[in-house]
Amino acid sequence: MEYKTLTEIKEAIHSKKLSSCEITKYYLEKIKKYNNKINAFITILENQALDKAKKIDDEIVKGNIKNLSGIPIAQKDIFCTKGIKTTCGSKMLENFISPYDATVIEKLENAGTIMLGKTNMDEFAMGSSNETSHFGDVKNPWNTNYVPGGSSGGSAACVAAGMSPCSTGTDTGGSIRQPASLTGICGIKPTYGRVSRYGMIAFASSLDQAGVFTRTAEDCAMLLNEISGYDSKDSTSSNEPVPNYLEECRKKFKPVKIGLPKEFLDGLEDSVRKIFDDAVLILEKSGCRIKEISLKTSKLGVSAYQVVAPAECSSNLSRFDGVRFGHRAKDVSTIDELYKKSRSEGFGNEVKRRILVGTYALSAGYYDAYYIKAQKIRNVISQEFREAFDEVDLIIGPTTPDSAFKIGEKLDDPIAMYLSDVFTVSTNLAGLPAISIPMGLKNELPIGLQIIGNHFDESKILSLSHHYQQITDWHSMMPNMETL
Amino acid sequence: MTYQAVIGLEIHVQLKTKSKIFSGASTSFGNEPNTQACAVDLGLPGVLPVLNKEAVMMAVKFGLAVNAQIQNNSIFARKNYFYPDLPKGYQISQFEIPIVSKGSLKIRVGDDFKEIRITRAHLEEDAGKSIHDMFNNDSAIDLNRAGTPLIEIVSEPDMTSANEAVEYLRTIHTLVKYLDICDGNMQEGSFRCDANISLKKSTDTKLGIRAEIKNINSFKFVEQAINYEIERQSEILDSGGEVVQETRLYDPAKNQTRSMRSKEEANDYRYFPDPDLLPVYIDDQDIKSIKSTMPELPEEKRIRFMRDYSLSEYDTSVLISDKNLSSYFESVIKSKKLEPKNVANWILTDLLGLANKNRTAINELPITPDRLEQLLIFVHDGIISNKQGKAVLEKMWDTSKTPKEIIDSEGISQESNENEINKLVDKVLENHYKSVEEYMKGKDKLFGFFIGEVMKESKGKANPKIVNKILRERLKK
Repeated sequence: MEYKTLTEIKEAIHSKKLSSCEITKYYLEKIKKYNNKINAFITILENQALDKAKKIDDEIVKGNIKNLSGIPIAQKDIFCTKGIKTTCGSKMLENFISPYDATVIEKLENAGTIMLGKTNMDEFAMGSSNETSHFGDVKNPWNTNYVPGGSSGGSAACVAAGMSPCSTGTDTGGSIRQPASLTGICGIKPTYGRVSRYGMIAFASSLDQAGVFTRTAEDCAMLLNEISGYDSKDSTSSNEPVPNYLEECRKKFKPVKIGLPKEFLDGLEDSVRKIFDDAVLILEKSGCRIKEISLKTSKLGVSAYQVVAPAECSSNLSRFDGVRFGHRAKDVSTIDELYKKSRSEGFGNEVKRRILVGTYALSAGYYDAYYIKAQKIRNVISQEFREAFDEVDLIIGPTTPDSAFKIGEKLDDPIAMYLSDVFTVSTNLAGLPAISIPMGLKNELPIGLQIIGNHFDESKILSLSHHYQQITDWHSMMPNMETL
Repeated sequence: MTYQAVIGLEIHVQLKTKSKIFSGASTSFGNEPNTQACAVDLGLPGVLPVLNKEAVMMAVKFGLAVNAQIQNNSIFARKNYFYPDLPKGYQISQFEIPIVSKGSLKIRVGDDFKEIRITRAHLEEDAGKSIHDMFNNDSAIDLNRAGTPLIEIVSEPDMTSANEAVEYLRTIHTLVKYLDICDGNMQEGSFRCDANISLKKSTDTKLGIRAEIKNINSFKFVEQAINYEIERQSEILDSGGEVVQETRLYDPAKNQTRSMRSKEEANDYRYFPDPDLLPVYIDDQDIKSIKSTMPELPEEKRIRFMRDYSLSEYDTSVLISDKNLSSYFESVIKSKKLEPKNVANWILTDLLGLANKNRTAINELPITPDRLEQLLIFVHDGIISNKQGKAVLEKMWDTSKTPKEIIDSEGISQESNENEINKLVDKVLENHYKSVEEYMKGKDKLFGFFIGEVMKESKGKANPKIVNKILRERLKK
């Protein structure tokens, strides 16, 4: 049995060649075999997954079949799951069991998916390497000395390693696209507001967006169909009608006009440049027009992001005070001591760093110089993208400046770590949708192509990605798990 | 030295919405602790606020009632501070752009009116409650109140005495009840205020250093707290000292204020726009349609009552101070059979007298307006006397019987038959012929005596008007 894509699995289940129990067991076996090396899962839900698979198979026998009936999935541990531990990668929530399901979870569960487990992540999604997790580093399946990227490192690694056919992730500054790039799979971050944030533990509310990891663009479209749409529980979710992404991306490809921002290529390392140029050439050959554009302010993206995101997180994480849930310090005598000790013990260094930075940026006397200024930069970046999309349909570039870095390499250099998001943060600041799809290998490590669209242009992004994947084979490559 | 007090109030008004401002949980008071706090109110990881439109409508109603500007796009902001009964570690409030700004309100000062400017009124969520006296060494938290919608009404420092402050507070209290946006229950904390007080010499243009007294929940305490504070600050200034800018608490048991935290200890709230909520958008059409649902306001009612019913200022002000009372009054006079002034007297003196004695709220009076009208018609038609009317009213209060039932069963009636009264007069004049002679010689005072005797002879049943008339005729000089 060798199924790689959701499309294949769905076809096999619908034609009754494959049962949900079989495919679930298949992936649970893979998890058993590889997870101790990769550490992609915080929680593995073997019994629960098998029970649900059994139920779904019974339903299928009765003729009740849903879009994703029987399809296994791994859920990032940032999504609240009823009755199941939801840790957000933190000691603070090590034993937190959510009393409710996030909207994304509810939708996927209702669509018939089988939850295999909850995936490892940077603590509270703050990190680009999955090294800030309280539950240990996630290893890159292509080479376990390397990081898988972050913050959705576990979700990316489990799909790359073949432990799950798909997974969910969240992207605040690149947390889906960057690990997708570094592990050689597809990861899409939809338009801000496209997918409900309800039940997704907030890092930076104005930037956070849920998305998915799969092997192909088609599979991204299939999952996106299920999780998108307005949610009355999230005031920032959009009313914009949801197209059928799968149908849209399968339509006959129409060449588009693609913008290539010169700022994304400045100083790019030669071998990465070569891989990217090859991808551009393929797109050109299929009739797309490539136009060099300029996104001058995008270089300020990381700086603006490192003010806005910590500012919002400093407030979002205030609820973790040891009073109602989460880690509570022992042997304290005053309320202030309870706060200080619980938070000092419960949060890791990167989270503390960002809370401090954010608190500072919002303080009286600094608010205008930092928070307001960052918002201004954010507006300028949005404006630049708007103008660019007047001229082109999509914008492309490498997702990351380089392939995966070594575990430990950037951990003590936050600035270097933050700069690994340089190509991804500005789309979050502007609320735009973007995907990363595999475009090649550098020294046996994958690197992704980023395609950015205008607001709610997910269909265009998926269509170009699908087209690229029909004429290239990078998305089919997998690490050799047997030689790990 | 005497100083001029400068007082501004911040009034917290709990809105009467069915559910909370950002969640679907109920807002009712007095339930078991933590039974009406949902995931959103508990600030669980991942939850998001969704604005209750009813709360917005109520805030707009208030804004319109004080002739304020209504902001088309107001913004919710987070006020960040740690407190155990503040589940998210921040309160969702409004900061830079509140929904209501620049209004004003007329209050009564003696025989005159004074205008108090309202700086702003913004929407926010209430916090929960910390309970320190229920468990031995531990504090407990009840989050039932967390997320209850509030408007915080901030006045300019336009008041100069405790009396003015109380009058302003009462006027707002009456107003929010008229608007039906708050139940006004001060014991339950639905309506409470903070007072900012500073003193200055009357020649000074600059304001003095102020102290803020937090969370005062009765009219009496507001008055006492302000007066205490004026005295405290006067003493400091008289002795050459300087008032410290700080937050103070009023202790009603000791009738004094004490320091809670100084300016240095004050929180930096790090306000910033709440990214979980969109700006509150209200267009002019919305404002227009809310305007069309506005009830008659106290001030409008005051003018109408004095004009249409020729009531005194005093009677009018008591009647309109409670919306239920003024509508009770208007129901009694609805059929226009009774004279408003007289009805007002009955209500304000006799009915409210009974209500006070029995500690009954206006909306729980056991006598319906309809029955009071029946009673007053009996009195008006002379079927029973004024005095009998009062006795019947008391019985109505106690027994829930109709006035007719009481009059019939107790044989209360008034003798208005002239022949019958003539007989009584004959008897009295006969028995007191000496007094009649004295009266005829000029001792006019005796007229009252004859009336009294006739009434006594009739056991109080004779119609005094007719007795009066007949005696005048019979004793013509």
